[in-house]
Amino acid sequence: MSAIAETLSAAAPRSALRRLTITEAKLFVRERYGIIWGVGFPLVLLIIFGNIPAFQQPSKDLGGLTYLDAYVPILIAFVVAILAVNAMPAILAGYRERGVLRRMATTPVGPSRVLAAQLIVNLVLAVGTVILILGVAWLAFGVGLPRQAAGFAVAAIFTLAALLALGLLVAAVAPSGRGANAIGALLFFPMMFFAGLWLPRAAMPAVLRHVSDFTPLGAAVQALQDSAGGGWPHPLHLAVMAGYALVFGVAAARLFRWE
Amino acid sequence: MTAVIDVGNVHKRYGGTVAVDDVSFTVDEAEIFGILGPNGAGKTTTVECIEGLRTPDRGRIRVLGLDPRTDAAELHQQLGVQLQESELPERIEVGEALELYSSFYRTPADWVELMRTLGLDSKRHTQYRKLSGGQKQRLSVALALVGRPRIAVLDELTTGLDPQARREVWALIEGIRDRGVTIVLVTHLMEEAERLCDRVAVLDLGRVVAIDSPSALAAGAGVEQRIRFRPSIPLDDRLLTSLPEVTGVTHRGGVVLVTGTGDVVNAVTSVLARNGIVAGQLRVEQASLEDAFVALTGHGAASGEIRGEL
Repeated sequence: MSAIAETLSAAAPRSALRRLTITEAKLFVRERYGIIWGVGFPLVLLIIFGNIPAFQQPSKDLGGLTYLDAYVPILIAFVVAILAVNAMPAILAGYRERGVLRRMATTPVGPSRVLAAQLIVNLVLAVGTVILILGVAWLAFGVGLPRQAAGFAVAAIFTLAALLALGLLVAAVAPSGRGANAIGALLFFPMMFFAGLWLPRAAMPAVLRHVSDFTPLGAAVQALQDSAGGGWPHPLHLAVMAGYALVFGVAAARLFRWE
Repeated sequence: MTAVIDVGNVHKRYGGTVAVDDVSFTVDEAEIFGILGPNGAGKTTTVECIEGLRTPDRGRIRVLGLDPRTDAAELHQQLGVQLQESELPERIEVGEALELYSSFYRTPADWVELMRTLGLDSKRHTQYRKLSGGQKQRLSVALALVGRPRIAVLDELTTGLDPQARREVWALIEGIRDRGVTIVLVTHLMEEAERLCDRVAVLDLGRVVAIDSPSALAAGAGVEQRIRFRPSIPLDDRLLTSLPEVTGVTHRGGVVLVTGTGDVVNAVTSVLARNGIVAGQLRVEQASLEDAFVALTGHGAASGEIRGEL
């Protein structure tokens, strides 16, 4: 049975999974990387952008949105990308490299629970940070909360699914913690470029925006943006993210090794 | 004695390399069973099959009556493992690791008590990366025991420890056995096997070349023993050469050197006593497990690695 299938099917000793999740959460905080770059840095960027007066003015380049409106989904994509594709794979690949997963394989609980605990920690942290960003943007800078809340939640869930699947794939193929860091960084910059970190999608030339539509975070940002503005995410963008979640997820399940 | 581990005709190959070649042995309850051999002898592969981490290509393995592959979850409730080269997350604290691992088992030991027993009390809030080699090893032993296992498999327990720390860990293992835990000890250190093990399986190139107690292995290897002494009065060599156990007598200055096999020490000392000769500065060099190992495998010490560790 593949590693990830085991994660989903094995009967969990619930207290063990809870203790494991608490421990992984503490270690994640002590490690600092995910907290600094996945939570702190996007928040700081939001606060800086929020204090630039020009970012509060509706822009013709962005079809009437303010730059701050455009950047809130981009920062959300940033959070998910750091946690799912950088922090989590580095930890899991490091665990494999150091024999942590192998040691777990000799306990009644098994290594799949470590994977489950990591997914829970990153999921909870990502959702919490997204809510924090929406809250700060709303209370401090007057960016409206998503007008199509259900659509926004759906877009966020698809984003998390696609990126966590990619993160598991990175953890599966990386030979070491450092290797996972390198692969994560290599993926992060192009993905964030197409998400619009340096040039928001609305300001991109049409060709670039079409390419962006088919990247995980380009689709994610547009789906989040659409639902923030009151519409439903475009089916194309949801389909793109679902496709990535499926392909990366299946590949990760096939390639993941405990040792 | 009941066998708690039963390994029969186990084979395992990796690609073209045969790692384990028809290995069979049984381990009795509450004994310390050593698996001894140089690196690459197949020791670790053998115990990994017992632990359920690897599947043998052929052969039968029963541990506490369970099949390590199909009954892994139940087996792991009763089998504690210390792996070679396995670490913990760098920033986990000693106390956290013990508390975490104790949550994995149905009837765990009191981990605070265990931490105290292993002298890790003062390190409770120390992160794993800041522990010394000996402390890491003791924590690893503690984690192998926290589930109150009936069997503990300890792989290269004292590798990388200084002699002082090594002796501490040995005393610890003896204490665990006294509590009725069966211990399988994988080692390439002769001294360790001699000191701790009730019985030893000597592995070489994936095969079992001998199974016996360390002293029986040493005695049975037909290795010569040397007795050196300064006799109180001049000695007629024929007194000694007439003994069947004695193979040679030489003089060096006032010192007599007798070589022999079997129970030569007893034979020589009783002859001396009968003739009223006092053996001054008596020294006996008995065959060690290392000698037995060389005799059994024909290379042991020449591999350098074994001698280097002694």
